[in-house]
Parts: sequence; C-alpha cells; structure tokens
Amino acid sequence: MLLKELTDLMGASGDEKEVREKIKEIVKPYVDELYVDKMGNLIACKKGKKEKPKVMLAAHMDEVALMVKSINEDGTLSFSPVGGVDNRILVSKTVKVGEKRVNGVIGAKPIHLQKREEQQKPLDFDALYIDIGATSKEEALKHVSVGDYVYFDANFELLGNGYVKSKALDDRIGCNVLIEILKRDYEYPVCAAFTVQEEVGLRGAGVAAYNIEPDFAIVVEGTVAADVSDSEPHLVSTELGKGPAISLMDRTTLYDKKIINKIVKIAEENGVPYQFRRIASGGNDAGKIHLTKGGIKAIAVSVPCRYIHSFNSVAFLEDFNNTVKLVDLIIKNIAKEALI
Amino acid sequence: MDYKNLLKKLCESHGVSGHERGIYDLLKEEFATISDEVTEDKFGNLFFLKKGTKGKYKVMLAAHLDEIGLIVKDIDDKGFIKFTTVGGVDQRTLPSQEVIVHGKKNILGVIGSKPPHLLSSGDMEKAIKIEDMYIDVGMSKKEIEELIKIGDVITIKREFRELLNDYVSGKALDDRAGIAVMAICLEELKKLYHYHDVYAVATLQEEVGVRGATTSAYNVEPDIAIAIDVTHGKARGVSTEIELARGPAIGKGPNIHPAVYKGLVDTAKEYNINHQIEPLPGPSGTDAWAIQISRGGVPTGLVSIPLRYMHTSVETVNMKDIINSGKLLAYYIANLPEELEGQLCY
Repeated sequence: MLLKELTDLMGASGDEKEVREKIKEIVKPYVDELYVDKMGNLIACKKGKKEKPKVMLAAHMDEVALMVKSINEDGTLSFSPVGGVDNRILVSKTVKVGEKRVNGVIGAKPIHLQKREEQQKPLDFDALYIDIGATSKEEALKHVSVGDYVYFDANFELLGNGYVKSKALDDRIGCNVLIEILKRDYEYPVCAAFTVQEEVGLRGAGVAAYNIEPDFAIVVEGTVAADVSDSEPHLVSTELGKGPAISLMDRTTLYDKKIINKIVKIAEENGVPYQFRRIASGGNDAGKIHLTKGGIKAIAVSVPCRYIHSFNSVAFLEDFNNTVKLVDLIIKNIAKEALI
Repeated sequence: MDYKNLLKKLCESHGVSGHERGIYDLLKEEFATISDEVTEDKFGNLFFLKKGTKGKYKVMLAAHLDEIGLIVKDIDDKGFIKFTTVGGVDQRTLPSQEVIVHGKKNILGVIGSKPPHLLSSGDMEKAIKIEDMYIDVGMSKKEIEELIKIGDVITIKREFRELLNDYVSGKALDDRAGIAVMAICLEELKKLYHYHDVYAVATLQEEVGVRGATTSAYNVEPDIAIAIDVTHGKARGVSTEIELARGPAIGKGPNIHPAVYKGLVDTAKEYNINHQIEPLPGPSGTDAWAIQISRGGVPTGLVSIPLRYMHTSVETVNMKDIINSGKLLAYYIANLPEELEGQLCY
C-alpha cells in the first residue's frame, strides 16, 4: 500500500531527502517535468492540452520529529522538538536517531520511585532524554551527533474497519493524494509541489509557488479531527468518515468564500461528501502560497486525521478516496466554474 | 539457545496478571529440551522440573510470568474504549501508545486523548489523566461489542529493540527477563552435575500481590528457593548503587536467608561473575516475600536483574546481566552439597 510506504519513510523538516527520493521515483513515469528547487521542494509537472490556467497542488513532505540538542556525560541524549510536538506523548516510546537510525528509548523514572504529585505533572523537554545504550558521551559520539534528527518509531497498520494508523499522516496522506492526481491526465497544466519545512513555519510552499507561478493552488493536508470520545460537537473541527474538509479560515489564510461556494457546488453536484474545517487555529501552506507574487488564489482540502503530530495518528481510507475525487473534480471544473 | 531471541519472544507475548495463559505454549516449547517434566497447579503456575541425580532435596526458582496492563471499563456511544489499570501503570506513559485489546481476537488500537487545540494552557501543564484517555480501534460501538467485552485486558504493543552494548529494550522485561534467566540456568545445568531437583516456576499474579508465589511455594515445598526479578538500576533521577551491565544484584536483608545470600556471593566470586549487592531493608516486593513464609518457612534468596524505566513499555536491561544471572544460579545449584541438613542453619 502506497500510504504505508510513504508514512514509514522518515523525513523531518529540513531532512526530507528520503521522502523526496521515494516520491521522485514514484511519480517519474507520470510527469513531463521533475525538479528539485533551491529549498528542496520537489516539483512534478504535467502538461495539459491548454497552456492555462496552470494548477498547483501542494502537500508537504516533512513530519514533526525531534533533534539531538546535546550529548550528556552519561551517554544519554537531550533533545528538542522539530515542529509542534506535545511533550506529554514522548515518555515510554522508542525512537530512531540519526542517519544510521540508531535505536533509542525515551524512559522515565519508575512509578515506584515517584512522589504522588510527580504523576500529575508532565515531563517537559528538559527532563526527557534518549537512551541508546551508550555508556559515555565518548561512546555515544561514535554513533550519533548533535543535530541528528530523531524519528518516531511507529509503523503503518490497518485499523478496525477501513481505518489506518501511522505516524506522519500529516502530510504523507496529502502527498499520496497528489501522486494519485499525477497519474491522471487533465486539460490544463498541473504542477504538484511536494513541499519542505511546513511544520516549522510554511517555509517551502512560498518558494515553490514563486517558481511554479500557478493561476490556482490547491493545498492538500492531513488536518486535525477531534471527533473523539469526550469532545463537544462544536469543537470537533473535522470528523472521520464525513469526507474531505474544506478550509474556511485558519491562522494563516482567509479563504475566498466565492471560491469555497463553487467547490461546495462541485462536490454536491458530483455526490462527493465534504465537510468544513471548523476551527480557526492551525495553518497550512496556503498561508504562504496565497501571498506569493501578486497573490494566488488558493484553497485547502484536507483528509481528517485524529491524533496528528503523534506516534499513532488515525485516518479513514474512504476520506482519502473522496479527497482524491474532490481534487480531481476541482481541476476538471476549473474553467467551467471560473475558479480563477 | 539464542537467549536474546528467546527474550524477544517472551516480551512480545502478552500476559497481564490473571491472563497469563497465552504464553504457556511458548514457555512449554522453550523449556521442553531443558526440563524433564511440566506441571501446572490449580492457580495456573507452571512448573518445569529438572531432576537431580539424587532428588532428596528441592530447589525452587521463581520468576513471574505476568505483566502490568490495562483493562476495558466501558465502550462509549462513539465507539471509544475507556479503560483502567492492572498493576502499577504510570498514566503518563500511555498517550499515543499502540495497544492490543485482547477480545475475542487480538484487536489493534491506539490510545488517544483530546487534541491540544481543545485544551487550555493550564491543561498542558498537567499530565493527561487516565480517565481522559480512550482507545480508538477504528470501529463503531456495535462492531466493537461483537468482539470486545468489559473486563477484557489490554497490553501495549511494543517491538523488542536492541540498543548498543548488548542493552535491550521492550515491554514486560519485568519479569520475562527472569523467565529467560531460568531458561539459561536450566540449560547450563544440563552441562553440570547437580544432586537436587530443580523446579523452575513461572509464577502468576506477582504484580497484583505476589499471589502465584504463595500457592506455588506451598505446592513445591522447596528446601531452598530463589526468586528472580528485576530491580531499579541507575538512571537519571534514580539514586541507587545498582547499575546495569555490572552483573546480577544479590539481595540481602530480612527477606533473604543469610546462608543463601552467602552461597550466591561465594559462587559469584569463585566463578568470577560480576555481581552487586542489593540492600533490601524491608519487603523486597518480589515473589521471595511470599515464598519465605510458605508452610514452615523456606530459606529464600533473591537474584535481580538491574533494569531502567521499570513499568514503562521501554524497560531496558543488559543481556550480559541476564546471562550472568542464569550462570550464577546454575553454578550455585551445582555446587550445593548432597546433604543440605545443617547447611542452612543460622
């Protein structure tokens, strides 16, 4: 399964090479032009029968991870997050350190030796460390180095009835959508940008958009779904099983309501389920793309994912399929609906 | 015998206290070539007997088979499973774990909680409470109810990992490491001459109050017993003299018979086995505590494997300590005299 291949790859912000090389190999047979720009974005373009309008698709290759900050005298490693990582999910996990993917574990003081109040307090990044089995700083340095990226050691697996679980669904699931689109032919030129460094401040997307110069951009994300046990209906943001989530507003973009209405019309006319992303927090590559050059029309369509930025996020496969359908329909209807 | 692989298989098996039966087949298979007889008592403890040349006296080894875990408390209308703990689980080790719910079949799940955007900044300063976590198995309530019932147990799914320098990490090393030590001891004893019958016992329900040790010691009626468990090794925030990779920790204190302690230390010295002394001023918190007061009293010893991050799913030990513990026990047993009368006097 392609989604398994993509999510099992390790690619933190600034270290997207493994993901880039894999996607390059996958999309090569389908595209007319394939290049890596100066930021490291992978750009894959297909010509259309017509020259215009040019459509840009964007999905980010990078995932949240950790980085070795210092190597301690006892051979343990201190670390910082790369992107938004909740420190409370890290204790009692296994990780892979550096290019050699050295095994490490994040342990903690045993419950037997804790004071009662310690169990109520999360361990912050300063209190956490990685144990690779090295007995001294000198020995650790033979295997790892300061600045090494540290990856969540978690695998893709099918879950329950039609669900999947893995790390990095944000945004390898978006990369997967783009790959599916590149397998199809369109009337208009389509450029897929597999962007870098989204998780540390949307660093890649603006550069990609500048280079591509599209008339219209569709950002495909894996976004937060909070349709969980105890959340209020107005706080769920998105729900699994309800189709792709269309963004209205987030911390980085106010999406054009006229365009949103047309997207909704396309979905409804074609019987593709959709929902709105119903929180204003967070942001995505559209934030940079829509401000590039003199301004680019941009929308964001997302596959809802529970527990994003963790070792085990969960998505519903039918939502992925419907996201591919919706993106496909948007591209096909771009002129008819006068989206630009 | 590939001991690391044995340990991997043991740790990747699942047996929460009271639900250890799933590991019996693996144990029976692994112990088949190193023991003469397998029996089970009413409580479910498994006994592997390796006969001695004389068989007048009985030496009991005990390592517990059970591990801490979780148990299904409720299935909510949205299809999320609420749970509580079996044994001493630190709630902070649970968010974002992969789990197996042991229902009609083994079902994969992940532990979730409210995403950060739904929390206040004050919430982020607090550990997530177990009441606020749930297991997501990707099914509706109706689908779940076909497969999972309240009271089903849950374990963390964790692949065994090899670290540098023969360190290994996994879940349930407490006390599957002790089970591996028993296997190593029996394997060593195949090469040695020993007078006494050796009962290697995989005990149940240690984590909820050393219960299997109580019935198994009564049933074996041993002349000498040695429990094998894990103990806290030095790590950040843990002040102890015991360190990993420095050899088995031999317990000393009220729970330990002085002659057994001395015998173990002397054996370690004689065979140049690295070892450490573990001071146990009170309850040892191991099967040794129950065995010592079985029937008319049992001269009891304790050999512990130093371990970091106890009761997390990344418990870490050093393979050398495990192998040395097995050898120490084998040499100790092989060196016991034919006549034990008088040997264990105070």
